[in-house]
Amino acid sequence: MPQNLSSSITSDRVISEHPPQFAYLHKVLAIAGKDIAAELRTKEMMSAMFVFSLLVIFIFNFAFDLRTDNANTLAPGVLWVAIAFAGMLGLGRSFITERDRGSLEGLLLAPVDRSAIYFGKFLGNVLFISVVEVVILPLFIVFFNQPLGIIVPLVGVIVLGTIGFAGVGTLFSAMVIHTRARDVLLPIMLFPVVVPVLLSAVRLTAGILDNLPFEDVQNWLGLLVAFDLIFLAVSYMMFEYVVEE
Amino acid sequence: MIKVRNLVKAFGTRVVLRNISFDIEPGEFITLLGVNGAGKTTLMSIVATLSKPTAGKIFIGDMDTQQHAAYIRRYIGLVSHKTLLYDDLSGEQNLRFYARMYDVEHPVERIETVLRQVGLWGRQKDPVRTYSRGMQQRLAIARAILHNPPILLLDEPDTGLDQGAASMLGELLAAVGTAQRTVLMTTHNLERGLSLGNRVLMLSDGKIAVDMPREDVSIEALAHYYQQ
Repeated sequence: MPQNLSSSITSDRVISEHPPQFAYLHKVLAIAGKDIAAELRTKEMMSAMFVFSLLVIFIFNFAFDLRTDNANTLAPGVLWVAIAFAGMLGLGRSFITERDRGSLEGLLLAPVDRSAIYFGKFLGNVLFISVVEVVILPLFIVFFNQPLGIIVPLVGVIVLGTIGFAGVGTLFSAMVIHTRARDVLLPIMLFPVVVPVLLSAVRLTAGILDNLPFEDVQNWLGLLVAFDLIFLAVSYMMFEYVVEE
Repeated sequence: MIKVRNLVKAFGTRVVLRNISFDIEPGEFITLLGVNGAGKTTLMSIVATLSKPTAGKIFIGDMDTQQHAAYIRRYIGLVSHKTLLYDDLSGEQNLRFYARMYDVEHPVERIETVLRQVGLWGRQKDPVRTYSRGMQQRLAIARAILHNPPILLLDEPDTGLDQGAASMLGELLAAVGTAQRTVLMTTHNLERGLSLGNRVLMLSDGKIAVDMPREDVSIEALAHYYQQ
């Protein structure tokens, strides 16, 4: 404890003098858990994400004349449109809600490196988007007549794409909270930056659906993994400066 | 001890705090007064490590708040006009979350203790959005003292409360806030501020205009600054 503070307080110590082991991880999980608990009570965000993504799948399914030879051409784009725009609905609430409800300062007051707030929010966003993906993936497979054998590699691509999208989106969600047109600004800022993620994810999805050899798509995989790593590192370094007033 | 040295805060070209310096001794209860826009909340925000000064330093004990911000926050509790609570969660869920964030030992027992202190035991399972404004502020106090901080920052905690609720809050703050803590409180209620504090600081145009013990200050003299 800093010196020269009231010594009588120490007799009623309720926090450990030194942070416990894995304290950083505990706080990341606490922040994610708090967001999940709040969402379970209201279901506001997940409802909107589900409805939107299902609408996209259904509309694209019926809007195009999806003969078998057309399906694989359109399917990757349809899947990632559904994921990206549903994800945008969730990312918009990530920090904007905290700011609007006045709870962001409570997070910033916590005795933890600011990056823990980022990773806690990031983890929550990944989970929310993943829940939507768990629902739309079976529908995607059914509506676009895809074999079940694509599930495992496709899930891998979806995981990597979601990490990249949520990683950038969480940072940008924090960046726009101090602006007026933040609901409009977030997608305007986010989509140009995540083009490499979406492009790679669409190309990899197309490669899986077309059963291409790994050598034909490995460059896109490399791009996606590199983007994920770079932007998670950049977000870790930048977040503290982004949330400061 | 809290030492504020040559503190300056500017937002662009607008200077809000102009070279402020003062000390707070352990156990002091400082009432920080000033008109809207004087810089009170900005000063609180910097002391709480929520924002960084443009120039100058703050030391808590012998630790620079800018270099040891995350560590120092363990010893600070903040009650502001915003409750910093999650409306969709229950009172207990809110406190459990903050107990994890502050590494509170024996959180279950500690949460019950603070909820009983603020008179909310029995409503802990209800969502915060069902609480009245006064109850929400009491829960905010519980959140702020959950980790038993030696420093308590109170930024206009009675905002939005009716007279009865504000009086109750004042009594609660006197009971939990002043006991063995160093307190810095801002308020527009001169009477309540002077009744709780033992020292008065007044900010005017970003500078300290008044710094004296409570017994040397009169409401009439302070009211003069608000009328200028």
